[in-house]
Amino acid sequence: MGEAIVITSGKGGVGKTTTTANLGTALALMEKKVCLIDTDIGLRNLDVVMGLENRIIYDIVDVIQKRCKLKQALIKDKRFDCLYLLPAAQTSDKSDLTPEGMEEIVTELKQEYDYILIDCPAGIEQGYKNAVAGADKAIVVTTPEKSSVRDADRIIGLLEKEDIEPPHLIVNRIRNHMVKTGDMLDVDEIVQILSIELLGIVADDDEVIKASNHGEPVAFHPNTKASLAYRNITRRILGETVPLLSLEEDKGMFSKMKKFFGMRS
Amino acid sequence: MAGSKQLITIKGTRDGLTLYIDDTCSFSELLTELEETLSTNHVADDDPMITVTIQLGNRYLHQDQEEELRRVIRNKNKLVVQSIESDVIPKKQALQWLEDSEVKVVNKVVRSGQVLEVTGDMLLIGDVNPGGKIIASGNIFVMGNLRGVAHAGFPNNREAIIAAAYMKPTQLRIADYISRSPDYDTEGVYMECGIIDKEKEKIIIDRLQVLSRKRPDINGFERRMIHG
Repeated sequence: MGEAIVITSGKGGVGKTTTTANLGTALALMEKKVCLIDTDIGLRNLDVVMGLENRIIYDIVDVIQKRCKLKQALIKDKRFDCLYLLPAAQTSDKSDLTPEGMEEIVTELKQEYDYILIDCPAGIEQGYKNAVAGADKAIVVTTPEKSSVRDADRIIGLLEKEDIEPPHLIVNRIRNHMVKTGDMLDVDEIVQILSIELLGIVADDDEVIKASNHGEPVAFHPNTKASLAYRNITRRILGETVPLLSLEEDKGMFSKMKKFFGMRS
Repeated sequence: MAGSKQLITIKGTRDGLTLYIDDTCSFSELLTELEETLSTNHVADDDPMITVTIQLGNRYLHQDQEEELRRVIRNKNKLVVQSIESDVIPKKQALQWLEDSEVKVVNKVVRSGQVLEVTGDMLLIGDVNPGGKIIASGNIFVMGNLRGVAHAGFPNNREAIIAAAYMKPTQLRIADYISRSPDYDTEGVYMECGIIDKEKEKIIIDRLQVLSRKRPDINGFERRMIHG
C-alpha cells in the first residue's frame, strides 16, 4: 500500500510543479515505484517539465469520465521504468474533477505504487480541494517572500481541517546573498512563522530553469546544488536523517563546517 | 393590611433613601403598600431631589415590573430612583456572567484567514500569524507571537487590554479604537501590552509593568462582575 503526498503552496509560481517533478525523479532514482498526478486541469505543466508532453493520449479527465482505463492514461517516464505520470487535461476545467473521483484514482494507484505525488494547482478553490482529497500527507512549498509565506500559512490552516498528517515545509528558491543582506526572509524566520516541520531547502539555481526547459528534472543530473537538495529531501521523505545543505558557496572547508554545525538539521 | 407586618422599610442615608421591600409578599401587594407609604411622606417644594435605592432582597423583578415600580416612585414628588438591587439574578444572566468572566484557554496557531472569537478573556497559547484575527469580549493574552490582528473588549469594553509575549501586530483594536502598525519596517517588542490611553485618546503599547498602575483591577474577579 503506497502513500499519497500532495504538493501545494497556495500561491502560484513558487515551484510546486518543479518540486513534484524532482521529488518524483529522486524517488525513482532510489528505485521506488512512483506515480505523479497533475491536477492543474487547463494549465498543465508537469508533463512539460518531465519532457513527456508528446506522449499524452488520455488524461485524468478521460479517466474520471470513464473514456479510458486508468492504466491507459498513465505515461511511463523515458528515463525510469518505475516512474509514471497521470497528466492533466488541457481542454477541460477544474470542475470536471471531483474530490470523490480523485480519491478513487489515488486509492487505485496506491495498490500498485510506493509513492503518489499530487501536483496541486495554485489557489484554494475547487482545484485545491480536488488535489487534497486523496492525499495522506502534504508538502507545502514556499519561497522566502512575504506574500508566498502568507499564502503558505493560509494553506496550512486549510490543510489542518483535512484528514491528513501535519504538513511539511520546503523553502524553495533561496538566494543566499539576499538573505545575508536582510533583503530576503531567512529560513528560520519562515519556519518560526509557519510552525511546521521543515523538510528541506532549495537554493535558487539557474540549472533548475535550464533543466526544466529541456524537459529533464534537475534531480536527474547529480552535480548541481538544487539536485542535491531535492535528493536530500527525498531521503528525508524516506525517513532518513540528513542535515540541511549549506547555502554558502564553497569558500574552504573551515567556514563550510562552521556553517554546517551552526544549522539545525 | 392593618396589623400585619410592614412590607416596606425606609431608611435614610447620606445618599438618599433606601427602601427595603419585603420579599415574601406579592407584587401587587407591594405596589399598593408602596403607593400608601410614599403618599404619607410629604415634602416641601423647595427640598432637593431625593435619590432612592431599592433593595428587593430575594425577589426577582421582570423588566416591566421594574418599570412599574419606577413609575410609581417617579410619580411621587422629589423622588428619583437611582438603582434597584436584588440579591438574585436569573440563571441565564449568571451563566452569562460566568462566561464573560472566564479565561478561555486556546492552544493553536491562528493562521492567515482564520478568525478566533471568544466571549470573556482569551489566553492564546500559540501565535497569531499575519492575516489571522483574534477577538475577545474581554482581555487578550497571547503567549506567543502576535503578528496578526487582535481585537479586545469587543464590542465596547474600553478597559480591555492586549498583552503578548512578542508583539508585532498588523492592527490592535480595543473596543471602538483601532491602531495599525507603522508603515516602515519595525522589529517587534517583547512582553508588552496595548491599552487605551485616555488622555491621548488612542491605543498605546507599553511595558507590561504599567498595567499594575493603569489597570489595577485586572487582578480582580469583581471587575468582571461589574463590566460583565
